[in-house]
Amino acid sequence: MSKIMLTIDGREVQAQEGMTILEAAQSVGIDIPTLCRHEKLEPYGACRICTVEAENKGWTKLVASCLYPVEQNLVVRTRSEKVDRIRKMILQLLLSHAPDARELQDLAKEYGADKDRFEKEASFCIHCGLCVRYCAEVKKKNAVGFVNRGARREISFIPEIASKECWNCKECFPLCPTEALQAAYILTEALISSSPSFTT
Amino acid sequence: MDNARIDQIIDKHQGEASSLIQVLLEIQSENRWLPKEALARVSEKLQVPLTRIQHIATFYKAFSLVPKGRHEIHICMGTACHVRGAQRVLDTVQDLTGIKPGETDLDLKFSLETVNCLGCCALGPVMEIDGKTHGKMSPAETADALKKYE
Repeated sequence: MSKIMLTIDGREVQAQEGMTILEAAQSVGIDIPTLCRHEKLEPYGACRICTVEAENKGWTKLVASCLYPVEQNLVVRTRSEKVDRIRKMILQLLLSHAPDARELQDLAKEYGADKDRFEKEASFCIHCGLCVRYCAEVKKKNAVGFVNRGARREISFIPEIASKECWNCKECFPLCPTEALQAAYILTEALISSSPSFTT
Repeated sequence: MDNARIDQIIDKHQGEASSLIQVLLEIQSENRWLPKEALARVSEKLQVPLTRIQHIATFYKAFSLVPKGRHEIHICMGTACHVRGAQRVLDTVQDLTGIKPGETDLDLKFSLETVNCLGCCALGPVMEIDGKTHGKMSPAETADALKKYE
């Protein structure tokens, strides 16, 4: 394991090869906001709120810090004007889905995001994939997954699996950064709509 | 579609999980849709979680989770066809079959879809039924063409 030196917000940081920018920043106490991250799960890069500016050999690019591996002599800026503007826009878009989410509102305050910027389409889901990935990676039950794509993408429980596994687990509910109730609602819906022959 | 036939298709792909989309495509083309039981069978045989299969089957438009008609009508609504009167062709088909785009009639005879370009703009307005192209359609010709299908 070779050591890598990089600069984050003007501070020299030593990191191990294979670490992500986010991990390197956290190791020296620099805070980068995240929504789709969970320590038990593989990085996913869905929410993009952890976007930072990464400069290497004079080239600056915007990367998701939860996925981007550290590089020698990388210069990272976690709070530049551009980064703040991007996070503000992401928050405004997410807030149109989940206007009442506490976690989003706290971030919105910090970045000056207006929750009424875009027309409300309150699906409550911001597609962070925490519930889906937790169920697949930690519980290995695969009771919940994504269906459809684009604007119509949403989470959906498999009734046959959910009716057996979910009532005794429900560990995905508190993970939800928006409304845990939404997961409960969709679960109930899945159980009601499943035909009696399938439920056990 | 019975399990034996599904197993046969899966065996053709050596039961590889990476062949999931190929397996689904073959079931789709033979059966014209993907019944839940078939997906459950594929999930079990290929060791792929049902959530993942559901994700893929709802992602691609080539797959259908509801029964489709024996004949699939595609009406081009691209710019060239549009200015040459694709809307009239669509209206005629809707009147005759009683279904809107994305729907299938009760006898499972026709499924109707609109598409954005079939790539033969000179033939507009174009209608495609089961892969056969009908070009320069007038409403009357549309009605005649539909009558040929049982």
